[in-house]
Amino acid sequence: MKPKRLLPLSTLWMALVYLFLYLPIVVLVVYSFNDSRMVTLWGGWTLRWYAETMHDEAVLSSLWLSLKVALVTASASIVLGTFAAFALTRYQRFWGKGLLNLFINIPLVMPTVVIALALLLFFVTVQDVLGFPQKGFFTIFIGHTMMCVSYAAVVIQSRLKEMDRSVEEAAMDLGARPLQVFMLVTLPAISQALVSAWLLTFSLSLDEVVISAFLSGPGSTTLPVVIFSRARLGLNPEINVIGAVTVYLVIVAVVASSLWMARRERRRAQESAAAYRQEMELQTGA
Amino acid sequence: MEDVQPPEVHRRRRFFNRGRLAVIALPQLWFVAFLLAPFLILLKISLSASNELGVGFEPLASFQDEVLHIQLRFSAFSALLRDQLYLLTYLSSIGYALLTTLLCLVIGYPFAYFLARSSPGVRPALLMLVMLPFWTSFLIRIYAWKNLLDINGLVNQFLLWAGIIDTPLRMMFTTFSFMVGMVYGYIPFMILPLYATLVKLDGRLLEAAADLGATPLKTFWLVTVPLSRAGIIAGSLLVFIPAVGEYVIPELLAGPSVLNIGRVMWNEFFLNLDWQRAAAVTIVMVLLILVPIAIFNRYQTKVMEAAS
Repeated sequence: MKPKRLLPLSTLWMALVYLFLYLPIVVLVVYSFNDSRMVTLWGGWTLRWYAETMHDEAVLSSLWLSLKVALVTASASIVLGTFAAFALTRYQRFWGKGLLNLFINIPLVMPTVVIALALLLFFVTVQDVLGFPQKGFFTIFIGHTMMCVSYAAVVIQSRLKEMDRSVEEAAMDLGARPLQVFMLVTLPAISQALVSAWLLTFSLSLDEVVISAFLSGPGSTTLPVVIFSRARLGLNPEINVIGAVTVYLVIVAVVASSLWMARRERRRAQESAAAYRQEMELQTGA
Repeated sequence: MEDVQPPEVHRRRRFFNRGRLAVIALPQLWFVAFLLAPFLILLKISLSASNELGVGFEPLASFQDEVLHIQLRFSAFSALLRDQLYLLTYLSSIGYALLTTLLCLVIGYPFAYFLARSSPGVRPALLMLVMLPFWTSFLIRIYAWKNLLDINGLVNQFLLWAGIIDTPLRMMFTTFSFMVGMVYGYIPFMILPLYATLVKLDGRLLEAAADLGATPLKTFWLVTVPLSRAGIIAGSLLVFIPAVGEYVIPELLAGPSVLNIGRVMWNEFFLNLDWQRAAAVTIVMVLLILVPIAIFNRYQTKVMEAAS
C-alpha cells in the first residue's frame, strides 16, 4: 500500500470533517455582526448586538454566577481529581479500587439528565432533613464538580502514568517523606496536566446546562440556562454574539499558550546549553 | 506495573498509612456522598408513595407496633408499562443513539486513520483542531446549526444559488437536523479514542501484510480494524451511552415528533411535576445502559493504558 495513493482521498475526507466541525462556528461569528432583525438574512455589518448584549442584565448577572461557579468547580475538581488519580495509579491494591474506577467512569458517559435528576432529588431530601442547602450557588457547584472530577482525574491519571516513577523512588530512597515526595517531585512533574485539567473543567462548568437547570434556584441562573431558554424560542442575535465572544477567547488562549510553550521550549534549550558549557568548562579546567 | 522496591521503602510507606488513607478516602467519600447516595434516593423516590398532603413522600420503611413495615410502590413503573408511548420512546431513543454511533464511526474512523497516518510535523496541529471546538460552548455550537439549517439559512441559500434546488428545503426540526446535531456534538468523542489506538498501530504490520500478498482492503479488515478494537468499542460507547439520554440537542434541533427519553423525563419533572414517574423513567433508562456502561468501564481502562 503506497501512502501517496491515499493522499487525495485522505485530504478530502479530513477537509470535509474539518469543514463540518468549523462551518457552524464561522457562520456564528459572521452572523454576530449581522445588522438585521432576521438573523439569517444579511443586512450589512454592525456592532449593535454586541452593545445590546453588553447591556443585557439577565446575561450579565448569569455570566457572573457562571464564572464564580466555574472558578470554584475547576479548583475543587483538580484537587479531588489529583487525589483520585494518585490513588488509582500509585496504590496497587486498596479496598474499593474497582469502585473508585467505576465512580470516575460513570459521569463521563451517564446522560446528564440522569445525574441532574438524581442530584436534585438528593438535595431536596437532604434539605427536608437538615434545612440545608438551598438551591443556588452551592448546589450548582456540587453538581458541576460531580461531573468535572472525572474529567480532571482522567487527564491527571494519564500524566501520572507516563511520568518517570524512578524520580519519586529516588527521592524516597534519599529519605524524603511521602508528602515531601508528592509536593516536591510529583506535583511539579504533573503541573502542566493540572493546568490543562483546570482549564478543561473550567470550560466544562461554564458550558454545563442540564445540571444547572435542575439545580439552580429562583434568581440564581447560570448563563447557559439563560441561553438555552432563549435558543428554544428560536434564532437570537445575542446568542450569536455570546458564541462569537467565546470563539475570540479561545483563539486568544490558543495563541497565548502556544507562544508561552515556544518561549519555555527556547528557555529550556538555552538552560541545557548553558549547563553543558559549564560542565565542559569544569572538565577542561580540572 | 510491579512494585519492586527495597523492603525499607515498603516499611516507610506503611508508616505513612494515614496519608494514603486520606488520598483514597477523600475522593471515595465524595463519590459515595454525591453520586451513590443520589442514585439510591432516585431509586427510593421511584418506589415511594406520595403522602396525603401531596408534598413529599411516605417513608419506604417504618416501625409500627414493633413491626417493620416496608412499603414499595411500583405504580410509577407499572404506569410506564401501561402507556405504550414510553416503550416507543425508549425504543426510538436507543434507535437514534445507535444511528448516531454508526454515523460517527463511519465518518470518524477514516478521519482518525488518516490523522494517525499524517506526517508527524502537522499531526499535533491537526489533532488540536479536533479538540479546539471542545473549548467553545457545546450549547452554542449546537444552536449554531439553526443558523445553517433554517428555511432561510445558509445551506438553503447556497443550494438555491447553486441551482441544485428551486424551493428551500425544510431541514430544521426533522430527523435530519437532529442527526446532524447529534453527530456534530458527539463525533470528537469517537475520533479521540480511535486516534489513540490507531496512532500506536505498528506500520510494519501493514507492510508485512502487503508483502504477504494482502490487498489494501484485506489488510484493513484483517489487521487495522482488529488492532483498533479497543478504540472502536470505547469510542462507540462514549457516543452511544450519553446519546440515549441526550436532552439539549433534540430540544434545540428535533421537532416534537422525534420521541426522546430525555425530553420525556424533563417534561414529567418540570411540566407534570410527577417526581415518582420522572424517577422511574430515569431508573429504566439507567437499567438500559447498565450493560454498555459496564463494558465501557472495562475498555476505558484499556484505552487509558494504550494511550499512555
